[in-house]
Amino acid sequence: MMTVIIVIIVTAINTVFGVMLALYLVRADWIGQKLKRLLNSLVDLPFAVSPVIGGLMIVLLLGPNTVIGALLEGAGFKVVYALPGMTLATLFVTFPIMVREVMPVLQEIGAQQEEAASTLGAYPWYTFWRVTWPSIRWGVIYGVVLTVARSLGEFGAVLVVSGNIINKTQTATTLVYQDVENFNVAAANGVALVLAAFSALLLLMMEWAKKRKEVH
Amino acid sequence: MHIEVRGLNKSFGDFHAVSDVSFEIEKGKLIGLLGPSGGGKTSVLRMLAGLETPTSGDILFHGKRVNDLPPQERGIGFVFQNYALFKHMTVYDNVAFGLKVKKQPKDRIRERVMSLLELTGLKGFEHRYPHQLSGGQRQRVAFARALAPEPQLLLLDEPFAAIDAKIRTELRTWLKELIDRVGITSIFVTHDQDEAIEVADEIMIMNKGRLEQKGTPWDIYKNPETPFVASFIGESTIVHDIGRIKGFEEAAVWEGTTALIRPEYIEIGKAGEIRLQSATMEGRIRQLHFRGSEWLVEVDVNGTTLKTYRSLEKEAFHPGEEVSVLVHRAYLFNERDSWMMENRLKEDPMPIHI
Ligand SMILES: Nc1ncnc2c1ncn2[C@@H]1O[C@H](COP(=O)(O)OP(=O)(O)OP(=O)(O)O)[C@@H](O)[C@H]1O
Ligand SMILES: [Mg+2]
Repeated sequence: MMTVIIVIIVTAINTVFGVMLALYLVRADWIGQKLKRLLNSLVDLPFAVSPVIGGLMIVLLLGPNTVIGALLEGAGFKVVYALPGMTLATLFVTFPIMVREVMPVLQEIGAQQEEAASTLGAYPWYTFWRVTWPSIRWGVIYGVVLTVARSLGEFGAVLVVSGNIINKTQTATTLVYQDVENFNVAAANGVALVLAAFSALLLLMMEWAKKRKEVH
Repeated sequence: MHIEVRGLNKSFGDFHAVSDVSFEIEKGKLIGLLGPSGGGKTSVLRMLAGLETPTSGDILFHGKRVNDLPPQERGIGFVFQNYALFKHMTVYDNVAFGLKVKKQPKDRIRERVMSLLELTGLKGFEHRYPHQLSGGQRQRVAFARALAPEPQLLLLDEPFAAIDAKIRTELRTWLKELIDRVGITSIFVTHDQDEAIEVADEIMIMNKGRLEQKGTPWDIYKNPETPFVASFIGESTIVHDIGRIKGFEEAAVWEGTTALIRPEYIEIGKAGEIRLQSATMEGRIRQLHFRGSEWLVEVDVNGTTLKTYRSLEKEAFHPGEEVSVLVHRAYLFNERDSWMMENRLKEDPMPIHI
């Protein structure tokens, strides 16, 4: 199903780039103060903008009638009303989660352990895995769970971008919407039940990750 | 390691944290870096370690410029003020970190870590985590961890700041012995002048980003080069009107000259107790503070309050009591110059004990 693919791609991208961006925003002093503040507010943009507007922005930017969209389509790469667009829309909505989860943890642990590692001869990559990662690990896992939950449930942005073409660009949530629209309540209930069960599971995982986070 | 620093500057924005600092340190010396808060001590250490880039100036190790060398390649051990132990690693893994980075064989690492733990008195603690240790134990782990990769220079930023006074004395004696034994060039930052005087071969005094003076504790104590150094070391009194102090009247002819008098150079006694009666002044005891091994006495003389010490073995004073006061020497300075002056009324110089 579409949903699973989107969730996997989105979570993977968000985890890697979210942690990277958080690291840069907190640690890199070669980024100017002003640029940092700008990036910081950009990260929050998806929280401020309604998901539907976010989806619309993608359609307006990359839709078949725009320059970029036409170019991509010419190259045989369809963005809007297809998987890439839906992934993009979900990414847009969920991107702040990981950054906002990891940044406070990084700020709290401070740079000193990392500096100590560097005076002991460890280069950044080694330091990240041996020193930084164990401290932010549970924050990242919590962020992953939240991202999965949010991508599963995302509806607004995806609906705009997907065009909701049956059996092609339909996610679990838009399917529920579709079924309800068509008075197909039984089917809607079925899918909704699966989603709800999954959410409950995620909720349990969240609680567990949160507890571990507090221990460390 | 022989260290040389030339014209070192560091600005944070338009704030000058370190200005034009130059010094040289011989191999194997233990240097105390002393100064008030915000003086730029940590900034200097961080630049030596490569954790901060100097705005200008050169840092030379063994005569080779290392400004562009990253911290990983400088061969420096750094002990942070709050230790910065890896909190998710055991004591063993903390100490072994610098050796594992260098991919040394496992049994060599084990051998070195165990010998360091033995040396720092941490044997039996190797499986504990930092949060299961006392402050003093953490300090020693930080120390062992910094020493493990056999650095050529050890930098310690207020290593004893978070440790209570009693263990502190113990630890610093231990540290001095250890550094002597290992024979490593070391710089340690402290707020505490007693600590610096007791432990260091040489002291550097920093204030407002400037290096005020560098020398042996004895040198700094006896021949302070700037008013700041003179007032920083010891509980000295500043006297603006030096003409009021008997024996120093002629110093008053220099306009704007201020005197700084150390407690050690002031002698007080009951009438007849001081030999050089002719050079003494009348004074009145203002206050007494108990200092453990002696009294700190505040005495009013001609409208100025002087501070001095009085041994516990001698007869005690009481507030309000009349006493004789003799000032042996004063440290004088004005805008242009600073110098030491002996009491002119003393025929035979008294032996001075510090
Ligand atoms: N990253 C920074 N950004 C801006 N100012 C800084 C920074 N680091 C230090 N300073 C300033 O530089 C000055 C010197 O700081 P430094 O930490 O070297 O002082 P210090 O002598 O170690 O003081 P303390 O004894 O309190 O540790 C201080 O006024 C401090 O505010
Ligand atoms: Mg400091």
